[in-house]
Amino acid sequence: MNRQHLDAELRLIKDGLLAMAGMAEEMIKLTMKSYAERSNQFADSVLGMDTKLDDMEIKLDQACIDLLALQSPMASDLRFVTSVMKILPEIERIGDHGVNIARRASILNQLQPVLPAGLLDDLAFETSSMMRRSVEAFVASDADLAREVITSDDKVDEIYDHCYRELLRQMLGNPLCIERASQLIIVIKNWERIADMATNIAEEVLFIIEGRSAKHQYLNKKPTS
Amino acid sequence: MSTAAQPEIRLAQRPVSSDRFPLTDPTVHIAPILIRTDSLNLFYGEKQALFDINIGFPKNTVTALIGPSGCGKSTLLRCLNRMNDLIDGVRVDGKVILGEQDLYAPGVDVISLRKRMGMVFQKSNPFPKSIFENVAYGLRIQGIRDRLVVQEAVERSLRGAGLWDEVKDRLGESGLGLSGGQQQRLCIARALAIQPEVVLMDEPCSALDPIATAKIEELIFELKAKFTIIIVTHNMQQAARVSDFTGFFWLGKMIERDLTERIFTNPKQQLTEDYITGRFG
Repeated sequence: MNRQHLDAELRLIKDGLLAMAGMAEEMIKLTMKSYAERSNQFADSVLGMDTKLDDMEIKLDQACIDLLALQSPMASDLRFVTSVMKILPEIERIGDHGVNIARRASILNQLQPVLPAGLLDDLAFETSSMMRRSVEAFVASDADLAREVITSDDKVDEIYDHCYRELLRQMLGNPLCIERASQLIIVIKNWERIADMATNIAEEVLFIIEGRSAKHQYLNKKPTS
Repeated sequence: MSTAAQPEIRLAQRPVSSDRFPLTDPTVHIAPILIRTDSLNLFYGEKQALFDINIGFPKNTVTALIGPSGCGKSTLLRCLNRMNDLIDGVRVDGKVILGEQDLYAPGVDVISLRKRMGMVFQKSNPFPKSIFENVAYGLRIQGIRDRLVVQEAVERSLRGAGLWDEVKDRLGESGLGLSGGQQQRLCIARALAIQPEVVLMDEPCSALDPIATAKIEELIFELKAKFTIIIVTHNMQQAARVSDFTGFFWLGKMIERDLTERIFTNPKQQLTEDYITGRFG
């Protein structure tokens, strides 16, 4: 094993992942903007970026496979590469969810808002913050920040539930808003899924740092009678 | 409510030595320690080469000893069958305990001790004798003369070493006429003929091509059903492939010993991490 060569390849993979994460974040920002400004002009940009994101995922995935085959990384290097291979599809899926949300902006922006002002923004803000912090935890190898991200998922779930109940309430009270509310249910579900993916990224960061799986913590809890 | 059958995930069963680890994991089986060292120190004259080594080798498992050149792994291997006794100026203190017997206790018969431990070296070293006689050698010096017994032992050992089918029609030919990989397996057969409890291997594949290496590695995997194997290797991939436990040595000290998958995915000691990720030097 040539350490310098390995370090250089690991750095390329890390830089590539950060570029992907940066692009996904940008997609999220544009998506948020399209709702905040009730503008349809950002959806095409988001779609274009998604194609690039897909292409980057394939290239980085191949780079990881090549590195595993040719350099046989061990210990923290092995954990890094295997976790990157799990983080890449999470980022790619975040991009897909961004596209789903952006696409619906063009429909919803033509219609009267259904949710109280600020509620959807709160969901988008909390979710994008989780996404950003999960990447920061990856860059800085910060286990505390990764744990904080995992905990934040509960808050997003709470806002999602609030939004969902509010949309149900609106639909029951006013059948004319069912179409708008249905579209919004899809939108809030996509935001909630992005938060789940940020959580998955944070769990992988913990695995890289600590060497043990942080997934499915409920399995470690003893059943209560 | 119907109870659908739970899908079962089958995992390779990992051994765990009886000297450590709580047995809470269903994928582990307990392996009693067959041979262990107790505060083992070794000196070449004034120079100390091993420092307070405490390591157990569980029965029917493979333990790999890894570390940079001069770290003491081969020295430890040679301590186990008292081969270091042959070097002038070597002093050993501490214990090596095989089963219940302290191998360094006064009055230990070193010859009979070595019958309990076969050894395979870095370079294959068949005797300039026939293939048959190479394997039969250990039995002959034990005074076994019964032709049938010797024949059976030779066939069993050559089969055990995965060489029988390749040499059964030319047992009378010189062992030196075999390929490098075959010669090494002949040496393994010779070590097995005396039916040892422990097989010590000192970089057994370092002079072999990948195909011969793969055969020896498969063999190691099969042999652990009958023997306890301790292998010194510089090839970390080989250690990862063949061993159940790995001990990392550095400057005569055992830095860490653990299940092989833990050593290679999440070692506890920074020195181990630095070595196996190539950050040394």
